Amino acid sequence: MRPAFQTLALLSTALMAFPFAADDAAAQAAKKIKIGFVTTLSGPNAAYGRDMQNAFNLALDHLGKKMGGVPVEVIYEDDEQKPEVGKQKTEKLLQRDKVDFVAGYIWSNVLLASYKPVLDAQTFLIGTNAGPSQLAGEGCSPYFFAASWQNDQNHMAVGELLNQKGVKKLYMVAPNYAAGVDGTNGVKSLFKGQVIGQDMTKWPDQLDFSGEISKIRAAKPEAVYVFFPGRAGVQFFQQYSQAGLKKDIPVYSAFTIDAVTLKLQKDLVLDTYLTSTWATDLPYAANQKFVADYKKKYNETPAFYGAQSYDAANLIASAVTATKGNLKDKKAVGAALKAAKFDSVRGPFKFGNNNFPIQNVYQQEAYKVSDTEYDLRTVSTVLTAHTDPHAAKCKM
Amino acid sequence: MLLIFEQFLNGLQIALLLFLLAAGLTLVFGIMDMVNLAHGSLYMMGAYFAAVFTEWTGSFFLGAALALPAGALLGIVTEIIALRTLYTRDHLDQVLATFGLILFFNELARLMFGAGGMTIETPNWLQGQIEILPGLPYPSYRFLIILVGLLCAAFLYVLVQRTRLGMLIRAGASNREMVGALGINIKQLFTLVFGLGSALAALAGLMAGPVTTVQIGMGDNILILALVVIVIGGIGSLPGAFIAALAIGIIDTMGRAFLPNMLGAFLSPSDASTLATALSSMLIYILMAAVLVLRPAGLFPAPGR
Amino acid sequence: MSSASNSSASTATSSRLTFVVGLALLGFLGLIPVLSVVFDDPFLLTLFTRIVIMAIAAVSLNLILGYGGMVSFGHAAYIGVGGYTVGILAFHGVHAAWIQWPLAVIISGVVAALIGLLSLRTKGIFFIMITLAFSQLVYYLGNGAFAYGGDDGLNIMTRSDFGGLLNLDNRPTFYYLCWVILLASIYFVHRTVNSRFGMVLQGARSNDRRMATIGFPVHRYQLTAFVIAGMLCGLAGVLTATFTGFISPAMMHWSRSGDLIVMVVLGGMGSLFGPVFGTVAFLLLEEVLSSWTEYWKIVFGPILILVVLFARGGIDGAMVRGQACTLLAGCAAFFLLYGIHTTYEDQWLIPTLILVAACALAWFAKWEIQRRKNRHD
Repeated sequence: MRPAFQTLALLSTALMAFPFAADDAAAQAAKKIKIGFVTTLSGPNAAYGRDMQNAFNLALDHLGKKMGGVPVEVIYEDDEQKPEVGKQKTEKLLQRDKVDFVAGYIWSNVLLASYKPVLDAQTFLIGTNAGPSQLAGEGCSPYFFAASWQNDQNHMAVGELLNQKGVKKLYMVAPNYAAGVDGTNGVKSLFKGQVIGQDMTKWPDQLDFSGEISKIRAAKPEAVYVFFPGRAGVQFFQQYSQAGLKKDIPVYSAFTIDAVTLKLQKDLVLDTYLTSTWATDLPYAANQKFVADYKKKYNETPAFYGAQSYDAANLIASAVTATKGNLKDKKAVGAALKAAKFDSVRGPFKFGNNNFPIQNVYQQEAYKVSDTEYDLRTVSTVLTAHTDPHAAKCKM
Repeated sequence: MLLIFEQFLNGLQIALLLFLLAAGLTLVFGIMDMVNLAHGSLYMMGAYFAAVFTEWTGSFFLGAALALPAGALLGIVTEIIALRTLYTRDHLDQVLATFGLILFFNELARLMFGAGGMTIETPNWLQGQIEILPGLPYPSYRFLIILVGLLCAAFLYVLVQRTRLGMLIRAGASNREMVGALGINIKQLFTLVFGLGSALAALAGLMAGPVTTVQIGMGDNILILALVVIVIGGIGSLPGAFIAALAIGIIDTMGRAFLPNMLGAFLSPSDASTLATALSSMLIYILMAAVLVLRPAGLFPAPGR
Repeated sequence: MSSASNSSASTATSSRLTFVVGLALLGFLGLIPVLSVVFDDPFLLTLFTRIVIMAIAAVSLNLILGYGGMVSFGHAAYIGVGGYTVGILAFHGVHAAWIQWPLAVIISGVVAALIGLLSLRTKGIFFIMITLAFSQLVYYLGNGAFAYGGDDGLNIMTRSDFGGLLNLDNRPTFYYLCWVILLASIYFVHRTVNSRFGMVLQGARSNDRRMATIGFPVHRYQLTAFVIAGMLCGLAGVLTATFTGFISPAMMHWSRSGDLIVMVVLGGMGSLFGPVFGTVAFLLLEEVLSSWTEYWKIVFGPILILVVLFARGGIDGAMVRGQACTLLAGCAAFFLLYGIHTTYEDQWLIPTLILVAACALAWFAKWEIQRRKNRHD
């Protein structure tokens, strides 16, 4: 009896290894373009990953699920908002699925942990949200393109906006990770007043900002700058309002208020200042179509995460079409991506020498569309055709 | 000065949540000699129950009132199904099996409530502030947490020091076999205490929910802190847990509030914050290691242990 | 700390069967680079490199947990120490492996000596907690190391350099290096536990007071084992950092220490090949189950509980006692669940079914054990 059982046990172990072989055989059979998309699909910030996923799928719908006549397959991976997980998933996409493009990445720290294997494999990486300074300056690469922005850009616009509003004493609160460092540096690079206090919170665990808010109250600044992407932004505004500071000290923010967070922030963020490179009301045909179809398909308002991912899909499609699907010629694909010949939802769209966009940054405000619905609208243009400050250090 | 007092209140609030979690843990540990890592999961499930019931009834207090018995019930069911067989096992087995329970509960919550987490809506009158000192308005909801935490601590004190049940709990912490030999139904007592501990964990979870959002794994990190609390305080000792929770909550808050400014004198804000957060967390573990080295049974060990 | 004593005493002497299966598994691991080429699946190599490195860490933990009865809940700290040493040296431009690797191992040993010196004064649950506290301390040290990325971690741009001897950028070469280290560490543990030193260590696991009374300096023996395990685990950290080219505090998070204990217990404490069985089973299950369903831990959690409750010797013990049927029942349950999962997408149905299946499995296992007991009586 016993030997029989042992043989069976060994057999079942062998069976477990079987899926590896099966997966691979299937991969070789089909001739198609494979895009790996890494984003956050679980945890408190899963809604943002879903916004990106929805928009990317919508773009593919608009493209007829083909690029340059070749069918497209997208493989979504969940990075759990953890750098080491993002890196593992990225390697899986490259080695197991053998993708032609890697796209996505909400968080700068996840991207910074993951980009090396992609670029080492000479695969094109299209960032659809994170735009860390490390990849924009000396570390720029012909294989990395940011379909979103360079991290500093929106924050620099906040700095400029603060000057315009005549703010002299500013308190800054931002999360302590790569994007938070870029953000606070961005504000400081243009802000002419005095920064009287700065707190960097633990990211992403810290959602209780009582300590920081107490310090803001004691410091009595003229304005507060915050950068809390995703769920943290909801908690910050709620706690700020509960502390009774909202009516006394105005808040300036970037990446902290969007369509997804607005559903929870509601009145808490009315009468605050924010900057962004995109809104639903930008008057471009591609944008109108994107917003209308997104609302129709998903019954929700898209956020900037989605808008940039929609652009990324079209950017990739433009390069595949231009090279007639010959992705082996890396130089040609790179040149076609750099040309950025597609209709961006942000209107005029152009890459700088470091493959980061040169674009406008707008002041926006939250407003009530109806009793239950909120949206963002454009107030003014703060920075026009803005090139990020790290581009000069890129030798490419 | 006002700022220091306000930060003290912030620390107190964290400390009391920690105490509620640690109280159940230390009672279970004390009388059953059982390490229960899944206690953090009960904290998380309590928060989820409150979120669901609040949405369902439309009232935070009704939701909370329903979530407490639900949390207690979940704890009792877990105790009967999974934990009972573990009492006679060694600590390694208990750590491992309850580690398995953490994995199970985290995924169960993901299946039942979705991966995105939930929010708990508090009533409007809790959105405002209370002027606790002239010139110091404090958020009412946070004030409520402190109030409830202190009330629970007082309730536990009376329960353990002044009632027959409390006498049995104290006796159990000192000498389990003796209590059993005296004809007390130990099994029933265990289940009762476990239910009480679960309800306290659920209470902590549902009160933290509106501040930090309800999410998968929210109990994992605070559980480690709660373990630190009970080890520093002395296993089975409620006053010990209370003092240790206070120490940890205040070290953590004060460290994060004031260290960055001190370090900021010679470091960039980002570097100073990185170091300050790490230092205030390290301080907690240094405290624990020091206590264990100098007083291996904790500050206030139960007599006879 | 008397934890491991009763159950693994019976399995401490591995049977001939586990020895054969263990060697076969190691041989199979040696074939992975070939299989990876045959199936044209480079990811297979990545997956198994991770497995082999973790197996080294598990083997090191087994020395103190399985043979020494010291339940260290902070073993991942040494992975971090080893990894950070390599990462920090590389960051400052020191790439020579002849400097990086020995230094990393020595520093891990020093850290282990400090932790062990203080921790070994305590016993039982307090030992578990104090090792956890120290590993959290090291974790937050990595967290606070702002110059090296803090929480975000740090990329290692250039792999360790062995001169012209070994090219670690070549993935099969690196894999075989890890494999050889795994073989060497198993052999080392084998020699150690069968030496006088190992006998005293195992004696102290059952009854340290008795060993002390006989006249052995038990504390010093335990500390030595603790340091050796720390150094070996530090080497696993070096390999992890070299392999992933990335270090972050996450590699020494407390749940990693928990995973390591699980691997050792799953495979069989105090068994020579146990940690390898456990690591392969744990990481393969994680890989396969998580590609089937994102909720794989809902299955894995109860399995862990069942192993703890009913299969104390882990995989090794099951083989020794001929409990292959229990193992098989586990495998069958997986396949069954997978079938259910793909057939029904109903969100509420799955957890209920899983619960029922887990209970049935528990009942079956209990019944099986009872039956065996009765037969023996």
